[in-house]
Amino acid sequence: MNVLLDNLALFREGFLGTLWLTVVSALLAVVLGLLIAGFRVSPVPPLRIFGTLWVNVLRNTPLTLLFLVAFFVVPKVLFPGVDSFVLAVCACGFYTSSFVAEAVRSGINTVPMGQAEAARAIGMTFTQTMRIVVLPQATRSVIPPLSSIFIALTKNTAVAGAFDNVDLFNIQKTLSNDGYDIAVIFIWITLGYLVITYAINGLFRLLEKGLEVAR
Amino acid sequence: MSEVSVTKDAGGPEPATDKLVVLDNINKHFGALHVLQDIDLTIARGEVVVVIGPSGSGKSTLCRTINRLETVDSGSITIDDKPLPEEGRELAKLRADVGMVFQSFNLFAHKTVLENVTLGQTKVRRTDKQTAEQKGRALLDRVGVGNQADKYPAQLSGGQQQRVAIARALAMDPKVMLFDEPTSALDPEMINEVLEVMQQLARDGMTMVVVTHEMGFARSAANRVVFMADGRIVEEATPEQFFSNPRSDRAKDFLSKILHH
Repeated sequence: MNVLLDNLALFREGFLGTLWLTVVSALLAVVLGLLIAGFRVSPVPPLRIFGTLWVNVLRNTPLTLLFLVAFFVVPKVLFPGVDSFVLAVCACGFYTSSFVAEAVRSGINTVPMGQAEAARAIGMTFTQTMRIVVLPQATRSVIPPLSSIFIALTKNTAVAGAFDNVDLFNIQKTLSNDGYDIAVIFIWITLGYLVITYAINGLFRLLEKGLEVAR
Repeated sequence: MSEVSVTKDAGGPEPATDKLVVLDNINKHFGALHVLQDIDLTIARGEVVVVIGPSGSGKSTLCRTINRLETVDSGSITIDDKPLPEEGRELAKLRADVGMVFQSFNLFAHKTVLENVTLGQTKVRRTDKQTAEQKGRALLDRVGVGNQADKYPAQLSGGQQQRVAIARALAMDPKVMLFDEPTSALDPEMINEVLEVMQQLARDGMTMVVVTHEMGFARSAANRVVFMADGRIVEEATPEQFFSNPRSDRAKDFLSKILHH
């Protein structure tokens, strides 16, 4: 039972690695997801096509394949010498952004058409209409699916562990090479993931409650 | 009310500045349905035009094409001598000058009544917040809902919401106001409070296009009645002429059905 205490520093490193990967990828996914959702409902056809392609390509590609592309194609062809953390964040963030975009788009669809029409009728541009009128009202219905998406993201970051990023999944390999009991390692690793996913769970529950009051 | 001339069929050419909205040979299809057929309509500055007709006649669509909430297939629309631009910043700018009041109010549900009236001023006209609020409150007083400024739209009655919607449109200092069946979603007892606001607006000289089923309003406030059926303008006349002596059979038929109860 000394796996944890003997390797506290390593566990800490792994936990923070997973946490950091999750947070940065989630931020990237939200920014890109909002943008792509905007593209998909925009009045400009090329943007709509781009948005649809983005979602369909990324959502339908296995994450591991995206990682293979990110780690073996991108550095060779486009940007040699990029940090493996950046590559992992890009793979996870891009992949998750397609799910975020669809969740946001479903939220946009819950806002009655008349709201956007009224905003356009007083002279707001498309971006203003989205930012000031539609998205704030869409938020409430986007929160529950987003929490599922981010929990899935947390677990997906394990793939990055297989690609040379130090995270919870990655230290598991190190520890079992050191000869510790695999079952005990797994228990502690699982607890590490649960801490993060439950935190996401709680955070989104708070968000949902907060938004309930605001109208 | 009769000092504004009926522009259709009027004699010589009028000065261009008098024509605020000009629709020229507008056609629009919804799939196979030809909803607007060769529509020509000119609205003079200060004129109140009431559009009536059976449902499905295209009158709402016509109203919505004027600020391009509906696109048209062919024909041209000019407002204040400027043709309606394509979707984008220019169109947004032009829409700010065209007030619109919807059948279902469409107040911003997540904003207070006052914010509804100031939002366009601050975000589109870039007025500072204090000036916008002053003007907003004055407009809310004018339509009789000044004491509701800090409530959310859902807390107001339909009639109050629609009056806020009128105030929201007026806050942009529009050149013309479009009303798309403003009283159709209201309880009967609330129709009058909205019509009174519109009547006052008409008396103040606002240029208005009103799609409505309120014949009383058409009679008392309109300079001109436009009767539409099956996507065409069938008849245009002064209210007195139209209601007492309609020329087309379609209008006679329509009036006989609605004026009986």
